Amino acid sequence: MQHHTLRPFVGPTSSKNGNNPQASASEVMQYAARFSIYAPLRLLALMALCITTFTTMAYADHDGQVHDHDTDTAHSEQSLVTPVNVATSTQASISNISTATTNSGDAIQQFVAGDFSKRQAMLSDWPGSAESLDSLVEFIANDELYQGNGGQTYLLNKDDQLFTYPDKKETADWPSDLSQITLTNALRSALIFGQAKVKLESDKPAQRLQAVEILADNIDQVDPAIITTAAANEDSAKVQKALTALQARIDFKNGDLPTQIAAVNLLADSDNPQVLVDIESALAADNLDSALEAALIDAESSVSRRIEISTWTGHIFTGMSTASILLLAALGLAITFGLLGVINMAHGELIMIGAYTTYMVQNFFQAYMPDMAGWYLLAAIPAAFLVSAIIGMIIERIVIRPLYGRELETLLATFGVSLILMQLVRMIFGAQNVEVSNVAWLSGAYQVSSSLVLPYNRIAIIGFTVIVVALLVYLLNKTRFGLFIRAVTQNRQMAHAVGIPSARIDMMAFGLGSGLAGMAGCALAQVGNVGPDLGQTYIIDTFLVVVVGGVGQVWGAVLAALGLGVSGTVLEIGIGAVLAKIVLLVLVILFIQKRPQGLFALKGRFVE
Amino acid sequence: MILTKLLSDTPRSAVLIGLCFAVLLILPWLHLMPETSAFHLSAYWITLIGKIMALAMVALALDLVWGYAGILSLGHGLYFALGGYAFGMYLTRETAGDALPDFMRFLSWTEMPWYWAGTQHFWWAVALVVLVPGLVAFIFGFFAFRSKIKGVYFSIITQAMVYAAALLFFRNETGFGGNNGFTGFTTLLGYDITAASTRSMLCFVTVLALLVSYMGLRHLMNQPYGRVLGAIRDSENRLQYLGYRTLWYKLSAWVLSAVIAGIAGALYVPQVGIINPSEMNPVNSIEIAVWVATGGRGSLIGAILGTGVVNAVKTYFTVAYPEFWLLILGGLFVVVTLFLPNGIMGLFDRFKKEKQ
Repeated sequence: MQHHTLRPFVGPTSSKNGNNPQASASEVMQYAARFSIYAPLRLLALMALCITTFTTMAYADHDGQVHDHDTDTAHSEQSLVTPVNVATSTQASISNISTATTNSGDAIQQFVAGDFSKRQAMLSDWPGSAESLDSLVEFIANDELYQGNGGQTYLLNKDDQLFTYPDKKETADWPSDLSQITLTNALRSALIFGQAKVKLESDKPAQRLQAVEILADNIDQVDPAIITTAAANEDSAKVQKALTALQARIDFKNGDLPTQIAAVNLLADSDNPQVLVDIESALAADNLDSALEAALIDAESSVSRRIEISTWTGHIFTGMSTASILLLAALGLAITFGLLGVINMAHGELIMIGAYTTYMVQNFFQAYMPDMAGWYLLAAIPAAFLVSAIIGMIIERIVIRPLYGRELETLLATFGVSLILMQLVRMIFGAQNVEVSNVAWLSGAYQVSSSLVLPYNRIAIIGFTVIVVALLVYLLNKTRFGLFIRAVTQNRQMAHAVGIPSARIDMMAFGLGSGLAGMAGCALAQVGNVGPDLGQTYIIDTFLVVVVGGVGQVWGAVLAALGLGVSGTVLEIGIGAVLAKIVLLVLVILFIQKRPQGLFALKGRFVE
Repeated sequence: MILTKLLSDTPRSAVLIGLCFAVLLILPWLHLMPETSAFHLSAYWITLIGKIMALAMVALALDLVWGYAGILSLGHGLYFALGGYAFGMYLTRETAGDALPDFMRFLSWTEMPWYWAGTQHFWWAVALVVLVPGLVAFIFGFFAFRSKIKGVYFSIITQAMVYAAALLFFRNETGFGGNNGFTGFTTLLGYDITAASTRSMLCFVTVLALLVSYMGLRHLMNQPYGRVLGAIRDSENRLQYLGYRTLWYKLSAWVLSAVIAGIAGALYVPQVGIINPSEMNPVNSIEIAVWVATGGRGSLIGAILGTGVVNAVKTYFTVAYPEFWLLILGGLFVVVTLFLPNGIMGLFDRFKKEKQ
């Protein structure tokens, strides 16, 4: 396909001369003369910038989770008990234990060593910090807490490794009568309410909010007095609101008629699925007071509407994150397709290689830098970019360049390359999926409301994609390299005639596109399986994004990916995954009928 | 004389090709020789020959649209599988007798979906083998060619088509046996499908169908129609300026190609004894393109030769060195497109020229 545009090429950078082909041509000549080996360096610099931004964002995310972990260190200083031991490296092998637990170990030890009444007393007035109580609850919930013959505390993890407590050293010396700490129902509820009480007294609003959640989970046994006192002393609006909602739920269950009606009216503002269940079961009862029934019906429709809204917000969010992955995968393809007019069938395998690079970097970190293991992702992003970019450039040199102008043959040849890459990976790493662990600072979720939870890794992928797109737009529109790419995309002969080294631009741009695929693989490794067939799963969707978005258009790809990702997710909920895919494919085929050049076609006069 | 013209351009090669086909037509009957005979061919070989001949027909069909009209389809597996499914419906009905096919009973369906109506009749099934791929190809081709989708775009969309169809057929609710497809056939027209004579006959019919479609296409390509197709490949715009409605030329070639692929599928299914959605795997469809490219696109005998060579290598390697087969296939894609633009036939031509 040859693009014969009237204007040799016009870009924002040369817009002041845009109407004068002569002037813009000479400008390009100058650029071409200056364009040299520095282009790759510039690319690297951009990459570095990208990574820095991502890191900052990731840190922001980490700090943002006020919900789960408050500033742990600040809290442990307040704890009544002196820190017992310094964290050692073996500690990493016990997963869910925060640093704070070690520092206030004594309370847990006392708890384990104590008898029933001692434990009950401890729970009603916990001597340790809130965090230590949290970890106690967690240990018991995971069946990890054990007692030795002399009342020593041990932790037994799921892999049957025994650890001493509180210094958390793995030990081979198993005590003869190791017994698990199990709790009677009375102690269990004492534990729960003890935890809630400690948290309610915390001076961190997030801790108090957690306490309210704990109470809400055990609403049947809550003493209303706790809530009344807590509400009276509360100064944070958010916690106050949660307390009011909880109070309303209790009132609704236990109060007399006027209280109940007032409570129902309050509850109408809730979006908690549990509230909906309460209301529905109340409605099902016979002999309802008519005023109460009217209030209940109102509340039911209001609550279910709220729940519906937040469910759909959740779906749209999932769709957006799917779209982000799709977009990351498609951006590189859109660039190379626009530039060379060929579809690189091995693009999916470049994504797969990016994911495997992530896996390798992770293993390298685990083997040589275990203390930094949580941060491997930051090294994996540039590594994936580089590995995929280099492989992409080799493919361009060996396979694509000799076939210039024969698009269909290029399609087949790159498909051959994809088969080879897939089989090589299968031979090196095995046909099974490899495990890429989620980094700790991206696990967990941000709870927007009781029925809307947004996982951090999905948020991070959306943010990452936004940054990549912004950098790419900058690269294409504001740098000389981008100017050249756009020039060659619009009119190869004319660009070559004015001195742009189109062959080198081809290779560099192919490297850029492949590198983007590698980064997509790195992001994919965080949310999906990593196996030799990874690329195949995404490649057809990626092609469709490019076909719908139009040739060489970043914004076209963005819109197409958003459209396909979001509508795909929404359709999936409506009619199931398989039918959704089929409907989407048919829609795309119909769309192509109307706009064969995609959403945004290059302007100009086309012969072919 | 006419016969040699139909086989090849030069009398010498026509004799050679004629001899090859004659051998292929005789080979199936060797299966009926007593097993002690030195000429006896086992069922494995008969099935293999029949299978490759059926695949060669698909390659012929793809060569028609790619080699002549310049339209690369990455979804010809769709028409092949549709033909196979249409005939498989008949075979399933014959196996099941008056009862519902097994997979429908497993889904606790009480009656057949409407599109199964009449499939117990052999001739209706044969008609479906031609009609279904033809109709699907007509509808898809009409819209695609009308809006002037061509080149890489077209290839990608055909791939998306076959992918969508594979997903559709994977569903149990579609009514074609879902993941497992149709298998466990027992009889064909009342004959035991595993009997030696049935096998020989099926293989013979396949070779015959290949021969007929080869000669028919050769004849057609020597007509003005074939010339126009070649012109479309070389410069469609110029042809349109000359007043040709290229839409109908392309569309008719496309539909003809789909019908040939469908017949190939129908012949393939009773021989291998199974049809399932994996035949619609996009990778299988691209593989057909590499057969054509290896043999030499734009040369009908090349398509047959390419299918034979690649499948022979595949049969050997998937048994002997399974892990290397994909490497070889991938390498073949690269080497053929880079160094053998006209495939094996191009190599012959070059060799001949050097001799002169």
